[in-house]
Amino acid sequence: MKPKLAFYWCASCGGCEEAVVDLAEKVLDVVAAVDIVFWPVALDFKRTDVEAMPDGSIAAAFINGAIRTSEQEEMAKLLRRKARIVVAFGACAQTGGVPGLANLYDRESLLRAVYSESPSTLNPEGTRPAPHYATNGAALELPVFWDRVRALGQVIPVDYSIPGCPPTPKLLADAVAALLTGSLPERGAVLAPDKALCEECPRRESKPDKLAITRFRRPHETLIETDRCLLAQGLLCLGPATRAGCEARCIQGNMPCTGCFGATSRVRDFGAKALSSIASLTGSNDEAEIIRILENIPDPVGTFYRYSLPAAPLPGKRPNRAGK
Amino acid sequence: MTKPSARIGVYICHCGTNIAGTINVAALREFAATLPGVIVARDYKYMCSDPGQELIKADIAQHGLERVVVAACSPHLHEHTFRTACEEAGLNPYLCHMVNIREHDSWVHSGEAATAKARDLLRAAVQRVAWNRPLERRSIPIRQSVLVVGGGIAGIHAALTLANAGKKVYLVEREPTIGGHMAMFDKTFPTLDCAACILTPKMTAVKDHPNITLWTYSEVIGVEGFVGDFKVRVRRKPRYVIEDLCVGCLECIEACVYKQPKFYDEFNQGLGKRKPIYIPFPQAVPQVVVIDPETCIEFKSGKCKKTCLEACGERQAIDFGQQETIETIEVGAIILATGYKAFDASRIPYYGYGVYPNVYTALEVERLINAAGPTGGELVLRDGRKPRSVGIVHCVGSRDEHTNRWCSRVCCMYSLKLAHLVKERTGAEVYNFYIDMRTPGKAFEEFYNRVAEEGVHFIRGKVADVYPAETDGRLILRAEDTLLGQVRKIPVDMVILATGLEPQADATEVRRLFNISCSSEGWFLERHPKLAPVNTFTDGIFLAGCCQGPKDIPDTVAQAGAAAAEAMQLLDTGSIELEPNTAYVLEEVCSGCKTCVGLCPYNAISFLPEKNVAQVNEALCKGCGTCVAACPSASIRQHLFEDEQIFEEVVGVLA
Ligand SMILES: Cc1cc2nc3c(=O)[nH]c(=O)nc-3n(C[C@H](O)[C@H](O)[C@H](O)COP(=O)(O)OP(=O)(O)OC[C@H]3O[C@@H](n4cnc5c(N)ncnc54)[C@H](O)[C@@H]3O)c2cc1C
Ligand code: SF4
Ligand code: SF4
Ligand code: SF4
Ligand code: SF4
Repeated sequence: MKPKLAFYWCASCGGCEEAVVDLAEKVLDVVAAVDIVFWPVALDFKRTDVEAMPDGSIAAAFINGAIRTSEQEEMAKLLRRKARIVVAFGACAQTGGVPGLANLYDRESLLRAVYSESPSTLNPEGTRPAPHYATNGAALELPVFWDRVRALGQVIPVDYSIPGCPPTPKLLADAVAALLTGSLPERGAVLAPDKALCEECPRRESKPDKLAITRFRRPHETLIETDRCLLAQGLLCLGPATRAGCEARCIQGNMPCTGCFGATSRVRDFGAKALSSIASLTGSNDEAEIIRILENIPDPVGTFYRYSLPAAPLPGKRPNRAGK
Repeated sequence: MTKPSARIGVYICHCGTNIAGTINVAALREFAATLPGVIVARDYKYMCSDPGQELIKADIAQHGLERVVVAACSPHLHEHTFRTACEEAGLNPYLCHMVNIREHDSWVHSGEAATAKARDLLRAAVQRVAWNRPLERRSIPIRQSVLVVGGGIAGIHAALTLANAGKKVYLVEREPTIGGHMAMFDKTFPTLDCAACILTPKMTAVKDHPNITLWTYSEVIGVEGFVGDFKVRVRRKPRYVIEDLCVGCLECIEACVYKQPKFYDEFNQGLGKRKPIYIPFPQAVPQVVVIDPETCIEFKSGKCKKTCLEACGERQAIDFGQQETIETIEVGAIILATGYKAFDASRIPYYGYGVYPNVYTALEVERLINAAGPTGGELVLRDGRKPRSVGIVHCVGSRDEHTNRWCSRVCCMYSLKLAHLVKERTGAEVYNFYIDMRTPGKAFEEFYNRVAEEGVHFIRGKVADVYPAETDGRLILRAEDTLLGQVRKIPVDMVILATGLEPQADATEVRRLFNISCSSEGWFLERHPKLAPVNTFTDGIFLAGCCQGPKDIPDTVAQAGAAAAEAMQLLDTGSIELEPNTAYVLEEVCSGCKTCVGLCPYNAISFLPEKNVAQVNEALCKGCGTCVAACPSASIRQHLFEDEQIFEEVVGVLA
């Protein structure tokens, strides 16, 4: 019997689903080798179908996206029961991802911004999403919108993570192959190399031994050279802090790494590590000058914690009030 | 990593009542006994004493302890003691960890809070020590040579002491001659020895000593390395005269196209004049002339007849094309003897220095009195008259909120010396205005009495003002005589300002260059004011003379001798043990991002392009941790400060 796989999405943009589709012709190999028993984006199975499966009957569930609503939490827990292996697929599942930046605000501010204050909103009755809604005698149940965004691993035990925003098809194919051949590493591992990206960056040789950055530039502010280390050009490339495995795809596209592959296993706080190492590269010993240089970095939280705020030791702007 | 299990012994020191007077040591011991892994917990009056150390050794043998935690004073004081005790009992010394419950706790907290904090600190230590790993010290040979910076009496004495003991010495002096301030004086207090008579033999001895390399007109521009193995770069400024060829005949000076000396003479405080080619003073060492390119016609226009060159003739010592050279030397120790600078008297406008020609600084008068000075030792005013009355103002720029707060220690004494010399040379009436008479040295008070008996007038009061009398233009010193309780105005022909001692203008740069500390005033900081007075906080760098603080020549020489002895002791140990708390790169995961490479303050990290990894040179690494914190992929770790150890400590303290 072919091993059963499940794919599910939680708070995510859909990019990770694209990564599966991007397997292209390889997708057929995968489909030939496994049974996909659940994949809401592509196949018409329902939650009840999963509930009907015996516990532990799915070989592996690939769950992408962070956990923001009650429904996502329920589905994560359901798949955890049914699957022998749960893989956090992509940055949002692994560390909270871009949706996790919402943790800089509480639920009330978010709802107020979206349902009242945003310039394009017309909502004179002040309607807000509610878990129970009755109209014309029909009752509607909606998921509860939690106060915080959580990474998958903060809701259920996760066996493996595949990093990336989104992960590369190659990493997915490698993971499936390892699953099929029983060559997965120890549980808890991140299925990507444990070195930083500079290692596989095609520009690494042009990186000078000593960087002394006197101005950080945003990509639109400069004509980016295509063959020189981006950091050496003053572009905030997070490659030195970011796990390798993406084949330096942003750099190949002449854009600096924003860190979607997260930290290496040895680092506990991606943002703090990246921030402190970048700060140490400023080319000045004068405090005022250093501040001036660093002020060129827009939105420090969004820059350094773009993909990992919920998983960080300081996971947001205010204390986590019971997570809900 | 899984948490290691280890058999831990905990020892709590009373430090007499220093700790036990505040912290409940019995309760702490009982608490320690409940911590995971702790096999024995004891408290004792003085853990650092022999019986205290024996407790640890006996328990290691009897209970097979694998880790030791000592809660006592600062590791600065006794870490070495307890590590050694463990080592003697067969336990790797780095499996012993100290908790500071004295400076960090009993001395700064009280009541139950102190005991509670001790519990937190102890829990943290017990949790962390389980992760400690055995480490080996490394040993490197010490280079058998010493660099002495500054050729005043301090540097001269230190250099000679070392050289006589068979050590190779490099003496680097930035002026064209050695001698420092002492070379400017005629006599020295309190014995009135002739300064030149006692100093010049030592200066010549320096020049002639086979173990001393003397580089004058030179400056240290770079220092790398560490105790036992410093690499120092020295810039030798061009003097446009080849040192090895100049025989010191001074014929070139005679022959210079300037028939008369015309330019500001630094050594004589501008009271005399010199030519563009000159020697600072007749006994200068080395006896080699210098050309000042700022005033030499050849340098300014290229059109000089170069009569000096002709006079030098076959000796061919003059070289207008000389370039600066950079020498690199390797030494095991460094002695800093960069001395002081005199307070700039024009900073106190009401004393009129620079306004009234007959207001002099003490250093100027030292030159006037000096037989080799600009007047041949005649004490005369600028118009050539002999002064009939002289006022000496003590404490100029010292002991004053608005200038320097410190006492410069030598001014009272040299003012007495000058009072005596002035009286001796001119027969003038001399008035010394002092705030307090400070004569605490050997034979100092006797000297004061002698000068008083010679008829010098002493007025106890701070001079408020110096101004010219309307009638005859003499200078009036106005001061409140605090003994008489009345304001006195005393007219004199000459005012001498006893200017205090200040750190050199470039003390901060020099401090940075050698990576040592300064007091807030700018004096180089000794490691301990009583017990390590010539050591600095940087191992292998010692202090001698006034760069550490104002002092007279006897103290300077004593200190220079002490610094030489310390350096010698260091050199004679032959090799040096390096702490093993160094950083190391996890080569298999280093991405070669090079973030660390440029950050190491000790240049200990190099990049290996063929392997695409960074590498730490353990002999150079000082364990500062900069690279460890900066490595963005956490691929550098540090012995004794491993992540697990630190995190366990943090978790323990917060538990
Ligand atoms: C007016 C006056 C009179 C005094 N009379 C007496 C007295 O009678 N008896 C007495 O005991 N004391 C007297 N003193 C005190 C005496 O001058 C000092 O105790 C003594 O000179 C200190 O010697 P030193 O070698 O530490 O410093 P210095 O004499 O200042 O020598 C320091 C040397 O280091 C050199 N140097 C500085 N920086 C550098 C550098 N970066 N690189 C290379 N070289 C450098 C300088 O050029 C100088 O040659 C008097 C002081 C004053 C101001
Ligand atoms: S900093 Fe960025 S551009 Fe430079 S070598 Fe590393 S990954 Fe490549
Ligand atoms: S270069 Fe950086 S941001 Fe881009 S895909 Fe790779 S890890 Fe993600
Ligand atoms: S810890 Fe790192 S930065 Fe500090 S001295 Fe050692 S190698 Fe250099
Ligand atoms: S900072 Fe870390 S990853 Fe980068 S070169 Fe140094 S050791 Fe290697």
